[in-house]
Amino acid sequence: MSGLEFDPDAYTGELDQRGDLAPGDEPRESAGHWVRNSNLGLGFSMVLTIAAFVLAQTHLIYGPAIPVALIVLAIAQMGVHLVFFLHVTTGPDNTNNVLALAFGILVVFLIVAGSVWIMNSLQHNMMPMDQLIQLQP
Amino acid sequence: MSHADLPATVETLRRLREDPHRLGHGAHDRSAPAQGVGHGVTGPASKRIIVGYGFWLFLLSDIVLFSCFFATFAVQRHATAGGPGPHDVVELPRVALETGVLLLSSYTCGLSFAATNAKSVLWTQVFLLITGLLGLAFVGLELQEFVSLAARGITPQRSGFLTAFFGLVGCHGLHVTLAGLWLLTMMAQVQVKGFRPEIIHRLICFNLFWHALDIVWIGIFTIVYLMGGLA
Repeated sequence: MSGLEFDPDAYTGELDQRGDLAPGDEPRESAGHWVRNSNLGLGFSMVLTIAAFVLAQTHLIYGPAIPVALIVLAIAQMGVHLVFFLHVTTGPDNTNNVLALAFGILVVFLIVAGSVWIMNSLQHNMMPMDQLIQLQP
Repeated sequence: MSHADLPATVETLRRLREDPHRLGHGAHDRSAPAQGVGHGVTGPASKRIIVGYGFWLFLLSDIVLFSCFFATFAVQRHATAGGPGPHDVVELPRVALETGVLLLSSYTCGLSFAATNAKSVLWTQVFLLITGLLGLAFVGLELQEFVSLAARGITPQRSGFLTAFFGLVGCHGLHVTLAGLWLLTMMAQVQVKGFRPEIIHRLICFNLFWHALDIVWIGIFTIVYLMGGLA
């Protein structure tokens, strides 16, 4: 991909209009969107937070479904924060950010789900404590 | 250099008209990033992007660190050793207040960067100060919670559950405290050095860090407090 007639070093302090974007950043002409994005992020987050606190303390929905609802609301709010506060988008200039995020989520999933799975399995297969004590010489 | 200054006219207007809300698409003009962006063929990125992206990678590794604490908490959740369980630890009104304070601080942090973009030192400082005060209020509420728990004999050494609880929540509180110190140095740097490129890069990183702490708090108040209060 040759034929680029610009010098990247000239842009050290500027956003490169043609290049990738880092998270938390926007092209210059979108500066007015910072306040709007913040307002939208705050609004959505407040709705989701209040919904979570209300659902947890009342019997509005079927009891055993409450933990699932809380997790769904938390993931939704994390998405709101990513989009409106961290400015991560699905555009081509955000490919690197989204790929890094996807890898991070994979590692987090492996650590949390793997730990719970392995430790539950260990506990399930462990000899009951009283038998274990009897085996001691 | 001519390229960076041109789009203030026709191309920018066209882009704003075609995609007023920037729904995740890049520029629409002919020199748009469509060709090869995201595949590393558009040449070296500017320093602003490299700094932001590097900090993004650090943040993701920090979130992996938190996920280890979350995994520990999930494993140790029922290991109360006959002592206080999740239900005895949770104090929902205080958690609701902490959540509100931290969310508002995230909001004012976003506003401070809007002011930075508008090149207003005064409003950047004002919003950074509000952010810092809200962060201080959050840390104060959390310390008060820990002290009142300790007064009831609920300390980390009591059981595996409490170790995991204080480890996870304390690690987040420590992050907020350190971010508060960073915020103070950023205010000083903005005051003394003004909006030099490297100062703006640091402000971008600080913004990312503060918002990431709020994202971690969403996980904490949902899994530790709300779901703990259910049990």
